[in-house]
Amino acid sequence: MSKYLITIGLETHVHLKTHTKMFCGCATEFGSEANTHVCPVCLGYPGALPVMNGEAIKQCVIAGLMLGCEINHYSTFDRKNYFYPDMCKDYQITQMEKPLCIGGGVTIDTPEGSRRVRIHHIHQEEDAGKIIHYARHSGVDFNRCGTPLMEIVSEPDLSSPDEAMAYLHNLRQILVYAGVSECNLEEGNMRSDVNISVRPEGQEELGIRAEIKNMNTFKGIYAALEYEIERQLYIVKKGGTITQETRRWDADLGETQSMRTKENAHDYRYFPEPDLVPVTLDKEMVEQWRAALPELPAARRERMVKEYGIPEYDAGVLADEKPNADFFEIAAKLCGEFKTLSNWFMTDVMCLLSESGKTITQCSLTPKSLAELVTLVKKGVINGPTAKELLPELFNDGLMPAKMVEERGLAQVSDSGALESFMNEVFEANEKSVADYLAGKKAAAGYLTGQVMKLSRGKADPKLVNKMIAEKFAGMGG
Amino acid sequence: MSQSIDVAYVSELARIALTDDETKLFQGQLETIVDYVEKINGLDLDNIKPTMHGQVSTNFFRDDVVSPSLDREAVLDNAPARTDSEFKLPKIVEDA
Ligand SMILES: [Zn+2]
Repeated sequence: MSKYLITIGLETHVHLKTHTKMFCGCATEFGSEANTHVCPVCLGYPGALPVMNGEAIKQCVIAGLMLGCEINHYSTFDRKNYFYPDMCKDYQITQMEKPLCIGGGVTIDTPEGSRRVRIHHIHQEEDAGKIIHYARHSGVDFNRCGTPLMEIVSEPDLSSPDEAMAYLHNLRQILVYAGVSECNLEEGNMRSDVNISVRPEGQEELGIRAEIKNMNTFKGIYAALEYEIERQLYIVKKGGTITQETRRWDADLGETQSMRTKENAHDYRYFPEPDLVPVTLDKEMVEQWRAALPELPAARRERMVKEYGIPEYDAGVLADEKPNADFFEIAAKLCGEFKTLSNWFMTDVMCLLSESGKTITQCSLTPKSLAELVTLVKKGVINGPTAKELLPELFNDGLMPAKMVEERGLAQVSDSGALESFMNEVFEANEKSVADYLAGKKAAAGYLTGQVMKLSRGKADPKLVNKMIAEKFAGMGG
Repeated sequence: MSQSIDVAYVSELARIALTDDETKLFQGQLETIVDYVEKINGLDLDNIKPTMHGQVSTNFFRDDVVSPSLDREAVLDNAPARTDSEFKLPKIVEDA
């Protein structure tokens, strides 16, 4: 049985973070009422002229710089002609001949080591409107039509669904770090078309590829790739041929399906956009942008290890989502307890995040309240279990821990007189455990500590109680 | 006949319905035009950049500031068919 090689390339469309559309002043805001952000330009009225959003060009170039692309200092726009109801002027303004960014890449980790997945180019274009399907008709909302969209085209350098996921994950992370997109998958900020082909090992030339269009979840892309690879392998192993075609992923059925498209559907008759003048980027300005680039995720992980002395693993978890790393760094500066803070964030806070489905910016926990909580434990004002009980209220209601401790009288009992009397009470009531300990069953000490904690209603300092119990037994000859 | 243009195909791409007579008529006329433009290729063009524009200017940008959009009622009233909030289409079965 001969082996087969899998080749995957991705075209990823990403919404930029501008306030307005690519060629008109309509707002790009998501979730507004249908057809309320439209004007003669984005509705393609005759005679309306596009005017380029300078900020969109800047953001696309910044994305390119973050991804290691060459910047084209002379860039032009073209018309891609097609008839479909999501684009009312019957053409999309895009870049065919001279895109803004060339080359670059995304580094991914694979079981064989880290590898650079090359980017072919990034071009700037406009998004189409949204078609909504109903039982008896379809409707169009043009709010999204004209939203600045950059298309990042990878080389066919990926060879498994896992590698495609690693590429998308790292690409998304870099773009979020670059500050050029929210890359919010639910809001359709990041959608991908994937190209897949298979070929027998030893064959130079790539196999015939199928394209799966417009997927907006990573899970969907993964499942679609797995399905499509299996489908193609089944065909070629039987001696059949793959048809070059566009397919659609049906998430409900868990399969890709052929889209019967007209033969000439891909003849777009590109030509230079006569309504827009070229973009020239002088070297000095691009260098200024390059100098002001935000940190890349990998550089941030490295810096966090150095600056806070936290393990690489911690830095990796914290820096995975930029807002989490931002949160951690502000809190770290407030409390100075870096590793303890990191533990709190990675376990308790992340647990609350995943339970609630919220992001760190959506919940009510602030760097200040978490730093305060960690400081209260560090100073011995409250113990760990009390702090854990308070955290959900910080998270859900935005309460401040020092005030809660004061108002509710939660401060730890470390007054040795009070603890002494709790301990004596426990020793009297638990003669059997005391005898067990003296007979060599050291585990009995833990039970006794628990009883003292209970009497103090959780407010005793467990370390101090342990120590006092050990000393008492030592005095009894245990 | 040079067949420098296929009018039947181009009219289909452009969604312009032509009768057979019209197709024949425009085939002749457009071929004359395309052949005329083709003469330029007979010249030595090695050192000449293609002209994309009558304009020589570059970098005409707009600030990223929101300007008012149109009133939805007025927009939808322009449509051949509408609902309360959307442009109405016949049901689309295939996304291409
Ligand atoms: Zn508009």
